[in-house]
Amino acid sequence: MAQFKLSRRAFGASLLASSALSACAIRTEPAAKARVVVVGGGFGGATAAKFLRLEDPGIAVTLVEPKSEFQTCPFSNYVLSGFKTMADITHNYSALTSTHGVRHIRETAVAIDAAAKTVRTSGGQTLAYDKLVLSPGIEIRYGALEGYDAAAAERMPHAWAAGAQTVLLRRQLEAMPDGGTVVLSIPANPFRCPPGPYERIAMIAHYLKTTKPRSKILALDAKDAFSKQGLFQDGWQSQYGAMIEWVPLGKDGKVVRVDPAALTLTSEFGEVHKASVANVIPPQSAGRIAIASGLAATEGALAGWCPVDPFTFESTRAKDIHVIGDASIAGAMPKSGFSASSQAKFVAQAIGAVVNGRPAPTAVFANTCYSLITPDYGISVADVFRPTAQGIVAVQGAGGVSPRAPANAAQFRAQEAHYAEGWYASTTKETWGS
Amino acid sequence: MKPFHFALFGLAFGAATLPAVVAAQTPPAPASGRVLIATCTGCHGQNGKSAGAIPTLAGQTEAQIRQAMLDYKNDRRPATIMSRHAKGFSDDEIGAIAREIAATWR
Ligand SMILES: Cc1cc2nc3c(=O)[nH]c(=O)nc-3n(C[C@H](O)[C@H](O)[C@H](O)COP(=O)(O)OP(=O)(O)OC[C@H]3O[C@@H](n4cnc5c(N)ncnc54)[C@H](O)[C@@H]3O)c2cc1C
Ligand code: HEC
Repeated sequence: MAQFKLSRRAFGASLLASSALSACAIRTEPAAKARVVVVGGGFGGATAAKFLRLEDPGIAVTLVEPKSEFQTCPFSNYVLSGFKTMADITHNYSALTSTHGVRHIRETAVAIDAAAKTVRTSGGQTLAYDKLVLSPGIEIRYGALEGYDAAAAERMPHAWAAGAQTVLLRRQLEAMPDGGTVVLSIPANPFRCPPGPYERIAMIAHYLKTTKPRSKILALDAKDAFSKQGLFQDGWQSQYGAMIEWVPLGKDGKVVRVDPAALTLTSEFGEVHKASVANVIPPQSAGRIAIASGLAATEGALAGWCPVDPFTFESTRAKDIHVIGDASIAGAMPKSGFSASSQAKFVAQAIGAVVNGRPAPTAVFANTCYSLITPDYGISVADVFRPTAQGIVAVQGAGGVSPRAPANAAQFRAQEAHYAEGWYASTTKETWGS
Repeated sequence: MKPFHFALFGLAFGAATLPAVVAAQTPPAPASGRVLIATCTGCHGQNGKSAGAIPTLAGQTEAQIRQAMLDYKNDRRPATIMSRHAKGFSDDEIGAIAREIAATWR
């Protein structure tokens, strides 16, 4: 594993070099102990920006995020089912800027120069950094699935980034006549939110069961196994019965081609499925900026995602850049908002320590993903994680999924559904709140 | 993981201004209470002040937190999720968690 140790001597010398640097071509920042640029204001980036300021108000934090409002993927499946509105899942940056003193530049980062330690934005600004935190989330790999390009997504929404796509899919479900078939295409690993597609199946089923009970859901999967599988299948069966059909890879579930005009999805062995509504969850990669900046692996099973030092989340390809969230290769940690937030809080502490001449702390991370089967039926997967030289691993003997047959099952599932709401309230306040 | 030659380009240009966030020494130092309790706040709320259905931890005593965590870890206290989290920490870490929460989440 590549390690980048700089001696204290190099530290002092290069501080001088950097002030000389920022005095010339590059926009001068107010005097600060350190300048941190954060790219992306989602779960990872917004949390990192806020917690860096809490860690040490002497750190100047600039958040580069084009949006003024952020709509969370978590709970967006409940917009599809009708339990939540888009307003319920919308957050903004006003607390970050006004309460926490984060400078928000509403632009897109278009280039990172890791040697010069600068970020160029879509508005033509060049931002110098001492440390960069990159949390750009995912990019849909248009073209990776034959027939699925940006235009196709208007006809066959992915809804894998919350916002207009979520609204589009909801509208299509609303417009579908009773007796229609909703076809989902689910990708191979790795992808954002491993339990997400399966929760979505339940949430669409809930909407159909209550409004269009003769309809069907056909889920075509490029995998044979998935997160919380037993719990999901129990829940689908008990709540929605024959409405849901899940087709694994081994039964020709892998979609290899879509035709948006005809609304058809074609499997590996040539079966053509006609949809009334098609939700194509396509293959993904780390956000474009990570790839354009050479921070992503270019070969192997994890090509397109960013390798990081498991102890620090520093890129193994460029020093002083910490890649967190979905874009990173984080070993056993799933690509979730919870993981991104856990990584962000650690990286904020680590940068705060280093800026103040203390050694970086020892990392511990956690994740929990709640999913709903109905509004009163929740399930979860949880883990605590530790870094090792081989990558991040889950602590053995801890974590795992909800019990499959708890005593007082109905009450247990209802409590978990209730706690899912509790998690969402706490985590979104922690991320975007004051 | 195989090393990437790209990784060195930052060093070659000598543009670094701060020391890298270097992995802790081997064997790693024990995780601090501060790092450990950062894993709790996504659910229990920033500074242990819950924004919703999950209990608030702010204001609880060190003894309360330690006992609850040990009981969750050893399946002596009913839980939907806490036993799965508590089992992820050593008893010493649970001690550090309880001290840190009692000292800083008021
Ligand atoms: C349907 C669904 C349900 C989910 N449910 C859950 C759940 O219940 N629990 C959970 O923990 N996770 C859930 N997730 C996963 C969660 O949404 C992601 O894991 C999480 O958002 C990752 O955080 P991130 O910071 O990596 O990326 P994001 O949160 O996506 O944030 C990335 C941000 O970076 C910005 N950005 C990208 N490129 C640039 C650039 N070049 N310049 C500036 N800004 C840029 C984007 O605009 C975006 O705001 C779900 C996902 C889906 C799709
Ligand atoms: C995924 C969400 C989640 C995370 C993460 C989490 N908790 Fe909990 N915690 C809960 C829930 C839910 C309960 C209620 C008991 C249950 O159902 O498990 C609870 C209960 C507790 C209680 C008992 C509180 C009371 O007043 O009854 C303590 C103490 C506690 N947690 C401490 C912690 C600590 C310390 C951490 C971090 C190391 C942590 N929790 C992480 C969700 C969480």
